[in-house]
Amino acid sequence: MNVVTNNKWIGQRTIRPDGMDKVTGRAQFAADTTMPGMIWGKILRSPHPHARIKSIDTSKAEKLPGVKAVVTSKDIVDFPIEKGAVMLGIQDMRWMCRNVMARDKALFPGHPIAAVAATTEAIAAEACNLIEVDYDVLPWAIEIDDALKPDAAILHEFNKFDGKPSNIVGRLEHKKGDIAEGFKQADIVIERTFTTRPVHQGYIEPHACLISVAADGKTTIWSSSQGQFMVRAMTSMLTGIRQSDIRAIPAEIGGGFGGKTIVYLEPVATLLAKKSGRPVKMVMTREEVMRATGPTSGSKSTVKIGATKDGKIVAAHGTFYLQAGAFPGSPIRGAAGCSFAPYDIPNLLSEGFDVCSNRSKVAAYRAPGAPIGAYAVECVMDEVAEALKMDPLDFRLKNAAKQGTKAAHGPVFPRIGYIETVEAAKASPHYAAPLGDGNGKLRGRGVASGFWFNAGGESSAQVNITEDGNVVVTTGHPDIGGSRAGIANICAELLGIDYRRVSVIIGDTQTVGFSNLTGGSRVLFASSMVVTQSTEKIIQTLRERAAKIWEIDPEAVKWENGAAHPVSPNAGQFEPLTLEQLAEKAPAMGGPIGAGVQLNTQGADGGFGTHVCDVEVDVDLGIARVIRYTAVQDVGRAIHPGYVEGQLQGGVAQGIGWALNEEYIYTKEGKVDNPGFLDYRMPVCSDLPMIDCIMVEIPNPKHPQGVKGVGEVPLVPVMAAVANAIYNALGKRFYALPMSPPKVLEKLDEPLREAAE
Amino acid sequence: MAKVHVTTLINGEPTEFLCEPNDTMLDALRGPLGLTGSKEGCASGDCGACSITLDDRLVCSCLMLAVESEGHEIRTIEGMAQGDRLHPLQQKFLEMAALQCGICTSGMLVASDALLKKNPDPTEEEVRFWLAGNLCRCTGYDKIVRAVMETAAEMRAQ
Repeated sequence: MNVVTNNKWIGQRTIRPDGMDKVTGRAQFAADTTMPGMIWGKILRSPHPHARIKSIDTSKAEKLPGVKAVVTSKDIVDFPIEKGAVMLGIQDMRWMCRNVMARDKALFPGHPIAAVAATTEAIAAEACNLIEVDYDVLPWAIEIDDALKPDAAILHEFNKFDGKPSNIVGRLEHKKGDIAEGFKQADIVIERTFTTRPVHQGYIEPHACLISVAADGKTTIWSSSQGQFMVRAMTSMLTGIRQSDIRAIPAEIGGGFGGKTIVYLEPVATLLAKKSGRPVKMVMTREEVMRATGPTSGSKSTVKIGATKDGKIVAAHGTFYLQAGAFPGSPIRGAAGCSFAPYDIPNLLSEGFDVCSNRSKVAAYRAPGAPIGAYAVECVMDEVAEALKMDPLDFRLKNAAKQGTKAAHGPVFPRIGYIETVEAAKASPHYAAPLGDGNGKLRGRGVASGFWFNAGGESSAQVNITEDGNVVVTTGHPDIGGSRAGIANICAELLGIDYRRVSVIIGDTQTVGFSNLTGGSRVLFASSMVVTQSTEKIIQTLRERAAKIWEIDPEAVKWENGAAHPVSPNAGQFEPLTLEQLAEKAPAMGGPIGAGVQLNTQGADGGFGTHVCDVEVDVDLGIARVIRYTAVQDVGRAIHPGYVEGQLQGGVAQGIGWALNEEYIYTKEGKVDNPGFLDYRMPVCSDLPMIDCIMVEIPNPKHPQGVKGVGEVPLVPVMAAVANAIYNALGKRFYALPMSPPKVLEKLDEPLREAAE
Repeated sequence: MAKVHVTTLINGEPTEFLCEPNDTMLDALRGPLGLTGSKEGCASGDCGACSITLDDRLVCSCLMLAVESEGHEIRTIEGMAQGDRLHPLQQKFLEMAALQCGICTSGMLVASDALLKKNPDPTEEEVRFWLAGNLCRCTGYDKIVRAVMETAAEMRAQ
């Protein structure tokens, strides 16, 4: 494949196709639609972190006037545990069916127990209160240390680890060389243990859906998700309605960050709609979102790195325990696989442990697991560089992975751009600038790097030329951050027409071919492949049509600037035929012009970034603020630079929140104590500085436009960059997140406390 | 409970609607009035996605009762453009990629408009503190702040 050069639209900051609807309030998100006869669904949730459900009596609720349907786990298709895994992507439907509605046990406060549909939300809520549940309350464990104690409450009794019932439900390792031998060669070895708290993806749009089931079973789902095909498949599996009868329409999605890659409401609303014969709308409250969806894992990691005096890493060992929540499936692959990937380390052991505990089932969060692992590894990297008296970027350069490096998680790296990101960070105005005077506050600078796998996978596209000679592109991936703008740029570039003539829409499950999730930083990579191939087929058709009109060989027609032109020996003999003219002549020349392509895309190589962060710490109040930030990333090719920068800036902002404030806090009864935006403190506008981006473009040779995924890498290095900057400011290292004001004050008071003791 | 009849002015148009006494203004806008441009992200006044103006004062419509709009003037995102002519803030948000998913965009625009009406020449710090009540999880605010500052500069030049 050739990388297109001298682009007119690729690389331009065009206006996104869906932009006008979004700045005028017209865009329809999940909760923005209604249907005739619509009623409201509401979920009854467990108040207990761990309880056996002895019985559920719904009779009083059913008798309440206005109640039209009640469902419990009996209505949901069971995937028996003993029958083994039934996988849909990375999700095991045995856990999914139990997460959507508790079966024998409630495993976290907020776990759905039953659901009601009624004519108003108020009646549905009242009916939920009338459902009588007899619980046998059990001991529980939320924190990893508690879940691993020998006498810990066991969530899934069938699970054994080392021959004993355990909350460790999975383990993986990546291994290279021999770490025992490697550490023997080291002149310096540093080993540290880190903890992070669960943090929520924090999308502003709560989960919502509106579902109609006709008497013949034909089902229409209107919801926002990171994959309408995932919604269709999971709803089908959990309700028994065949996929061909379920039309899942992707509403505009108000943020997901991985958290909308699984279903919560859709199967329940489908069953309520089926039972009641009425369309059912369900909208989560923010509190429900915080209690019962996401978040990502809390973690406990130990990282040991050994290096020689001259700065070469000879061995490393990482152990990453991640909280899965109620069901197996924490992102240990990201933690164990990504964290050491920027470095060429001859002897490496990276282990991940998946730990169940009584909180909501973990959901993917932007580079799942990788930021957790990188936080630990990149903080130890900083300590080793300091011990070696090396600049932390030089230390990284000395050990950088490059083309030909065998990564512990499997691949031999192709041409990658990691070194270029470190060099660009080093050469940045930011890294050269003095920290400046903090006016009584202490300032510091930190750096960190990060890696994410990126993904390819299934994508489908249909490109049609309209009768008036314009273009409609339909793809199957919900657009979460501007991917439609990138697709319009690419299609316009190939056709040689103004990008405003290309309309890009996201098809529903019954109008476009299967397309896998919007996730894994795959959307623009994969969809531009299928759109490119579809457009190339159209260009071929257009050349053939012109050749037929001119009665010459199709090979003697070239497509340029939106028109067919004759080439030698016929050059100049015929007036060019534009897209509009060929569209007009289409009925007589063979019919409508369009093409669709469906692929399992390959060649999505990993992405690297290196970040520089300056902080200022108010030692009286314990408040650490990020005052300057530069994110450098190898983005392959920035098809729409505005939205690529947007990915970098958004990822950094989430990482700053994770580093400085965000955390799930639990009451002593095991319930989330801060299930709202006031107490779960995400960064607001006044918390952040401008976030500078340096886009390094090393085109992906396996992609027609050189695209690499960009969405997830920018979250990976952030917490370590902030932590290293705070160390640089205070001379004290933090080994736990978040570094919130009370914790900073506690750390600053340490010598005083020690003196007092 | 009997519904309450409310007479108000919404985006310049005389409007009547019925609501429950405990309905929020956001409930009324999104429900009987069909103005779903205002979003509910939290229902507790923390995210700003439901921002509207009440007699030119910026408020979270989730923190206001619908009956309180009686006799007052409400403006929402749907009233920001003049016909097919976008407000300069709307245009700048598009040009500068100051939105990603778009769920916070209505509130951001309404809040930014309220700021520029009050202070046509805000500093970056003033923009950041004014918009601190509007959560955005996608953009890191960088492009939003830049778009507001640039719009302000252009509007001053006109």
